Amino acid sequence: MIEADVFRTFMNTSTNEAVVVANGYLSRQAFWCRDLTTNFYMVGSMGLALSIGLGVALAQPRRRVVVLDGDGNLLMSLGVLAMAGHMAPPNLMHIVIDNQQYASTGGQASSSRSVKMPMLALAAGYRIALEASDQAQLLKALEQMRAIDGPSFLRVLVSAGVEVAPRVPRSPEENARTFKKSIAEDKT
Amino acid sequence: MAGADFCELMSALEYNFFTGVPDSTLATALKVLESDPRYLYVPSVREDNAVGVAVGAYLGGRNPVVFMQNSGLGHCLNALTSLVSLYKIPLLLVVGWRGADEFDAPEHILMGSASPALLTAVGIPFWIPKRDDIGTTLGAASLRSRSESSPVALLIRERVID
Repeated sequence: MIEADVFRTFMNTSTNEAVVVANGYLSRQAFWCRDLTTNFYMVGSMGLALSIGLGVALAQPRRRVVVLDGDGNLLMSLGVLAMAGHMAPPNLMHIVIDNQQYASTGGQASSSRSVKMPMLALAAGYRIALEASDQAQLLKALEQMRAIDGPSFLRVLVSAGVEVAPRVPRSPEENARTFKKSIAEDKT
Repeated sequence: MAGADFCELMSALEYNFFTGVPDSTLATALKVLESDPRYLYVPSVREDNAVGVAVGAYLGGRNPVVFMQNSGLGHCLNALTSLVSLYKIPLLLVVGWRGADEFDAPEHILMGSASPALLTAVGIPFWIPKRDDIGTTLGAASLRSRSESSPVALLIRERVID
């Protein structure tokens, strides 16, 4: 499975979810896969995808919030797992797309292959933590996470091929404004 | 000013989401935020995470405040520049200013003297309230933050909030 497969599968099954996508190639791929006003694309502040998603989830308890994170992003700020587990918003889904590298800076190896991420998530207080490495497992995991109260965690292992997508052609300011407006207007 | 009164002031200005990393300078206010069920306080593990959570809360419709010690400014500079300022998020930072004077503990001296210049360097306007004008400065800071949709900071000396 490659990253693009994960985005396609996720986006095709996602409805009415506020989605926070980590910086680097992840945000770019998410945008070009399926751009929605309910997507928040990070371009900087590496490591803070889960922090931002946690804030959205706490502010909007009735809306499901999904964080599409990367291995480098999560490892940069592991401590925030404790915050997510402690506050434990049931509407938070945390998905780490793990390509075991820092793709957008040239494919340098990350240390994620040595880390049992789901165990970290469970130890921090997540309700459930899953892993997927093919399409069928991914679909099943997404279905399961959407059916239960979270916080829930999923590590998706993808191959390390570089998939370069153009930058998000929308200003961060506009992204923030439209994201805020669309998740405020459509309260589900 | 008493910590509880400072919390009331923030509340009157419609701030309704509080997060941060504790500092002794802000301890009485944090005690109130933690214990009074009228306030939502999210304990953060690091200052950059607090900034991230606050930005998420703003995007979700809340008006956030981040508390920290000035030593934590170094931890969150990237979050302030490449997230808060870049995405134009109105965010109030309440920063305990250790090392404001040279007789503080040694670990606070360098960052203490650098803190105002550091905020200036990254374009964050700041106020240094005194005990008797903290209400006015909070109001001015909040007005600026909202009118420009940008981060602002209060640098709080010891015993300003007690």
